[in-house]
Amino acid sequence: MMLCGLWKLTWIEIKIFLREPLGAFGTIGFPVLVFIVLGRVAGRRLEPASLAASSFIRVGLPVLASVLIAISAVLSLITIISIYREGGILKRLRATPLRPQTILTAHVIVKLLLTAATLALMVLAGKRYYPIGVHVPLFSFTIALLISTWSILSIGFLIASIVPTARFAQPIGAVIMYPMIAVSGLFVPIESLPPVLHAVARVLPLGYAVPLLQGIWNGDAWSAHVGDVAALAVVFVVCTALSAKVFRWE
Amino acid sequence: MRPVIQVSGVRKTYGPTVAVDEVSFEVNDGEIFGLIGPNGAGKTTTMECIEGLRTPDRGSIAVLGLDPFRQVYKLQDRIGVQLQQAQLQKRIKVWEAVDLWASLYQKKAIDGEQLLEQLGLTDKRNAWFMNLSGGQKQRLFIALALINDPEVVFLDELTTGLDPQSRRAIWDLVRGIRERGKTVFLTTHLMEEAERLCDRVAIIEHGRIIDIDRPDKLVDRHCPERTVVLTTNDPVAEDRFRAIPGVETVNCADSRFTIHGRGDDLVTDVIHCLSENSIRVTDFRTILPNLEDVFLKLTGHSIRE
Repeated sequence: MMLCGLWKLTWIEIKIFLREPLGAFGTIGFPVLVFIVLGRVAGRRLEPASLAASSFIRVGLPVLASVLIAISAVLSLITIISIYREGGILKRLRATPLRPQTILTAHVIVKLLLTAATLALMVLAGKRYYPIGVHVPLFSFTIALLISTWSILSIGFLIASIVPTARFAQPIGAVIMYPMIAVSGLFVPIESLPPVLHAVARVLPLGYAVPLLQGIWNGDAWSAHVGDVAALAVVFVVCTALSAKVFRWE
Repeated sequence: MRPVIQVSGVRKTYGPTVAVDEVSFEVNDGEIFGLIGPNGAGKTTTMECIEGLRTPDRGSIAVLGLDPFRQVYKLQDRIGVQLQQAQLQKRIKVWEAVDLWASLYQKKAIDGEQLLEQLGLTDKRNAWFMNLSGGQKQRLFIALALINDPEVVFLDELTTGLDPQSRRAIWDLVRGIRERGKTVFLTTHLMEEAERLCDRVAIIEHGRIIDIDRPDKLVDRHCPERTVVLTTNDPVAEDRFRAIPGVETVNCADSRFTIHGRGDDLVTDVIHCLSENSIRVTDFRTILPNLEDVFLKLTGHSIRE
């Protein structure tokens, strides 16, 4: 019975998302565009034989694009939750037998599906337009990205719990989420960061998501990344517990 | 018969502000009960405590024999709710909202399409929520409040912001809900709405209930004054009017008399006096007090202030 409400709500939220004038393109199109355009620019400019260039094109950029996919899903979640709260939509849904968790679960499912769809589009586009083509253990990588997204979504909920109004949701979310990329180990190895940033990187999920994504993209076995997955799970549990405490429905 | 809603000694504070204080009342099966008072008087807080959306600091509430705090899901399955200033997803279609709501209740939902037809929304079933007019949105919210065939329907400031025509149409819908044997609990700051719609009203101000009764009883109790205004050139009229029992003051300006008095018999007595003395009048009307006057009398200020 509760499941019935969940699927119906999820399906309606997907339809509503696709009706947003910029929603689908902005969220799905942007990371794919970054991936293809940067890939082609880098492929042309950099000396193909250089080790750094080839590693960036082979692994760095696809993982960066994947992280962008996850972050745009999270930003869209923060925005939607705050708009729904401000408009009294959350409150109206709560005045039904629908459990509060069901409402939030529906949104998480929508965002995970969106992430998977964007990733699929990226890989398809990559096979055709990326300078070196895209050859990747797709199923494993999808799972790795979904685990990472799930973990980052929990930070999104924490942010959505505290943003004062819908107008600030997107900028506050962006200001918190995008700098996380800088300390994710994607550009500079985490070990070589100054001690303070090193510590910060160790508590942020991207510090674990990036090695996981890089490894799986490279064809690592899951057994090599048990620690990363466990850390992402811990981030998820902690953030979910925290936002359950501070989440405001109206 | 046991009351459908029992509220006793409920108090709710937000920080230092006391929103509701020692509120007690009962709502009977099948009646339209109105909680009336100015904005900020505690109407919505009271209603949301009864619906299980807020927890009172003190006091007890029972709805259909259920505790709205501990048995909230059981309760929400059996009641219908319309919230003040609620919105839906901007781009949800009317039929999707009804379909979604129908799937949320354990109880067999009533036919959504039929409900839309009754509420005059059939030709809007594919419209997005954001493109509906204020009246259409309110009718959709009524549909959502009725979709589970609830035993009690809660309506919070149902017609605020609507034009008079939509307001009247909504009043008819609410009377229709009562005719189907449901109990309706509503809040309003419109005295006319309360007077026309409610079987009983509770007047609330500063979080406290001042009085509860049928609207006409409240008027009789607190505003027994009656006023007759008439126009006549008869020179003996003034003395004759002053002789009527129950008349308190008679004012005359030009040939227009304003007669104040008390009691239901005043109007009859004035008419009787006119015919007995063959006084010819060119104008005759009565001014009866209403809930608005009751409110003014009880609180010392108008509800609009």
